[in-house]
Amino acid sequence: MVDVALWSGLRPLVGGRDSVAVEGGTVGEILDALRRDYPALGPTLDAGVSVVVDGRVIATSLTEPVQPDSEVVLMMRLKGG
Amino acid sequence: MALDSSKTTGFKYVGTRPNRPDGLDKVTGRAKFGADAYAPGMLHAAIKRSPHAHARIIKIDTSKALAMEGVKAVVTRADFATGLEGEFGDILENVMAGEKALYDGHAVAAVAATSALIARDAIKAIEVDYEILPHVTDVDAAMQAGAPVIRAGAADASVPEGLHPNVVRYYESGHGDVEAGFAEADLVVEDHFVTEATHQGYIEPHACLGTLGSDGKGELWCCTQGHWYVQKVCAACLGLETSQLRVTASEIGGGFGGKTTVFIEPVALALSRKANRPVKLVMTRSEVFRASGPTSSTSMDVKIGMKKDGTITAAQGTFRLQGGAFPGAPCEMTAMCAFAPYDLKHVHQVGYDVMSNRPKQAAYRAPGSPMAAFAVESVIDELCGQLGLDPIDTRLKNASREGTRASFGPTWPRIGLVETLEAVKAHPHYVAPLKKGQGRGISCGFWFNHGGETAVSLALSEDGSAQVAVGTPDIGGSRASMALMAAEVLGIPYEDIRVTIADTATLGYNEISHGSRVTYASGLATIKAAEDAVQKLCGRAAAKWGIPEDAVYWEDGYAKPSGPNAGDFEPLHIDEITATMGATGGPICGHFEATPEGAGVSFAAHIVDAEVDPDTGKTSVVRYTVVQDAGKAIHPTYVEGQFQGGAAQGIGWALNEEYIYGADGRLQNAGFLDYRIPVASDLPMIDTVIVEVPNPGHPFGVRGVGETSICPPLAAIANAVSNAVGVRMRQLPMRPSRVLEALESAADG
Amino acid sequence: MSKTHVTTKVNGDEVEFLCDPRETLLDVLRDRLHLTGAKEGCGTGDCGACSVTVDGRLVCSCLMLGVEAEGKEIGTVEGIAEGETLHPLQQKFIEYAALQCGICTPGILVATKALLEKNPDPTESEVRYWLAGNLCRCTGYDKIIRAVMDTAAEMREAS
Ligand code: FES
Ligand code: FES
Repeated sequence: MVDVALWSGLRPLVGGRDSVAVEGGTVGEILDALRRDYPALGPTLDAGVSVVVDGRVIATSLTEPVQPDSEVVLMMRLKGG
Repeated sequence: MALDSSKTTGFKYVGTRPNRPDGLDKVTGRAKFGADAYAPGMLHAAIKRSPHAHARIIKIDTSKALAMEGVKAVVTRADFATGLEGEFGDILENVMAGEKALYDGHAVAAVAATSALIARDAIKAIEVDYEILPHVTDVDAAMQAGAPVIRAGAADASVPEGLHPNVVRYYESGHGDVEAGFAEADLVVEDHFVTEATHQGYIEPHACLGTLGSDGKGELWCCTQGHWYVQKVCAACLGLETSQLRVTASEIGGGFGGKTTVFIEPVALALSRKANRPVKLVMTRSEVFRASGPTSSTSMDVKIGMKKDGTITAAQGTFRLQGGAFPGAPCEMTAMCAFAPYDLKHVHQVGYDVMSNRPKQAAYRAPGSPMAAFAVESVIDELCGQLGLDPIDTRLKNASREGTRASFGPTWPRIGLVETLEAVKAHPHYVAPLKKGQGRGISCGFWFNHGGETAVSLALSEDGSAQVAVGTPDIGGSRASMALMAAEVLGIPYEDIRVTIADTATLGYNEISHGSRVTYASGLATIKAAEDAVQKLCGRAAAKWGIPEDAVYWEDGYAKPSGPNAGDFEPLHIDEITATMGATGGPICGHFEATPEGAGVSFAAHIVDAEVDPDTGKTSVVRYTVVQDAGKAIHPTYVEGQFQGGAAQGIGWALNEEYIYGADGRLQNAGFLDYRIPVASDLPMIDTVIVEVPNPGHPFGVRGVGETSICPPLAAIANAVSNAVGVRMRQLPMRPSRVLEALESAADG
Repeated sequence: MSKTHVTTKVNGDEVEFLCDPRETLLDVLRDRLHLTGAKEGCGTGDCGACSVTVDGRLVCSCLMLGVEAEGKEIGTVEGIAEGETLHPLQQKFIEYAALQCGICTPGILVATKALLEKNPDPTESEVRYWLAGNLCRCTGYDKIIRAVMDTAAEMREAS
């Protein structure tokens, strides 16, 4: 299980928790697990999120590996100029 | 053996300052920008725009226009695809209004004619019946009960109940307990800040030349930061197969984020399809102001608590961003960047994305971050002033560094804020004496930077020179940087490399040139493509020598046997290998396609001296220094150029530039005369210091540099002016009238 | 619409064209003569991207009508280099990276060339005020000013 920290705007959607634990060995698997286990997060995930794994912002790639002890933080998708 | 040319020191080409490859074309007038393309049989187009801020479109009568001599086609929304939703739906709605005109300048119809003059006459002959609706253009007003609803049902799931329907996205993050943090503080400062919308102000208006046939095949030439994105959007808006539309990016006359989206290209293509001729469409300057994508305006509240020793105990911010008539104002970026420079135990930030009857905002260099820095760094300056603390020492004391927790959640990797602040402290500017009437301001700034989908292909010629095709439009000299990186890996001279921006038919998908990603991501891809070619070169040498491939290594343009055990062979120069490549296995190319995810964030700190004329309220920037972490400066001259350009734009934003709307909801200053960007006589020389804390996610350590440079100036200048006049400046731009008011209030107070 | 016949000289070459009385000199240069070096940044005289010389005088070609070119000598960026030899300003602009996107460059080169012909030894302030009508959004002007000052110094030495 990997702990995924959520930004506080999402907490009402998961019963007030600031993080949730899901199964997954890649960014894609973690996003799938979040969608499955917490359907209320679906629209947010569809709108686009970045996943920060051990300080690296993963904006697009679903295949990035995640270790069980990785620090995983959900972030809104970046858009630059 | 997979080749790896990663290094952060010992460069031969990287870090030098050669002339740019497109320099000659650009000083002789030969370079072809968006409006410089012509095609046989070409028509000229013009767009009819709403004069109303908010109106229902009852009827559009195009018959008189169509009857005019020389008019070949007229299009309205009926000529575009139906049923689009989400991002593409919004873009189409913005490109051509459907049921309602949502802002002054919103397109409602377009004409193609045999000359630009006829096209302009013809749009005047189009008659539109409007039912005028109540409008709102101010962010705070748009959130209030009773404000006109721009588009019902536009809000997404993030928005808590009970907010006005114009609030369409909501973001909240943080950690700790800010109330407990404020209780620990010796001083708490809370203030309200306002910034106006500004425009990127690229000197080249949007322009394109499109050809589309009834067979669904098309060609498009346009100035854009991302032609694959244009291809995708146009295909959707016109109901085409994406691959049937080939898009070529022209030289681009500035973008700064404003050319990351689509405004006119689908219109030119729709007209071309209808008229069956090529159509050229060029925006006028006033159209650029009214109907491209300015920044958000903001209304912000920031509260920070500090101990007497300078420790920040807690920070809280609320950021309301007006983003025009569509969702998308980067409120989450504003919120996430706001406190990013600081290591905070208690922090809380909230962002609101608010719609209004203004054009759809677009990215502008680190979208959302400069405004946040303005509010936050102003409050920190106020705290330092009231507590008698040194502003740099205070920032150093609280600075984010590797291993501390970012205000938006994750733990920081290797970052360069401390090094940047130390460089400010060591700079002579920081301790230089000030004259009477002058004030000094400093500020930090932060931006994320970005990777994104990237494809690069590199082909070797028989003479050992190389051509590199990249997919990211060159907005600031990036072809030079790509050539330097390829030269470094191949070990051949910079001049032997030609870098081209490929069209959409030539490479795989490339994300837009945005997020300061070009030197990072296309650079990484160029390095990897060159490594791929080198691998093959080594393979050919190995075959010739009859030794295993991994017994060959590459150095300075030569394949060499890797040691005495590999055999005693004369090193082979690249041109000896390429000369016979046709007969030894065929052409040698390298390529790379991936989505690099190792972009490194970057911090900057600026020092500004401002002088205020007490009689007129006019502010002059008398000295300016930019210090920024570039990771690794591939071509230092162009890195300095990015620093200087960002600072100059920030100076305009801080002092002069603003979108001014009348009570009628119309933009009142849609031209460079009344929307005044800095001119040469407004500015001093802009000093730069390049800090290099390598980004571990790039083979040579590159972080993006293009955007962070606009984050500190608003606050740095506001702090300088505040210190000069003795009154906290809370609203931008600090135009003379506003500064005079401040001076008067100081005299009264 | 009836058109006017105009005979003029551009960069030393005699040219003839027919133009609508409403067309600007910039329209004519670009759309009729295909000299696209001069750019339209605003069309209202505020940006200087369209700078050309008319009988040696610096003008915004977007503010002059095509028909007014009759009998005049027009100079554009395309005429600044002599054959394959760049003008020293062009050379210095490349060396100093006095351009990023380069859209302002033609106008700024035409304007600074006119300045140096009038005043071979300008101060930094004089260069800045002379160029105040030529907007550059990319560079912050720093490298442009340095390139012009250095060119002026070098041209003085050479002459
Ligand atoms: S186009 Fe002539 S001054 Fe701007
Ligand atoms: S270089 Fe881009 S406007 Fe001057």
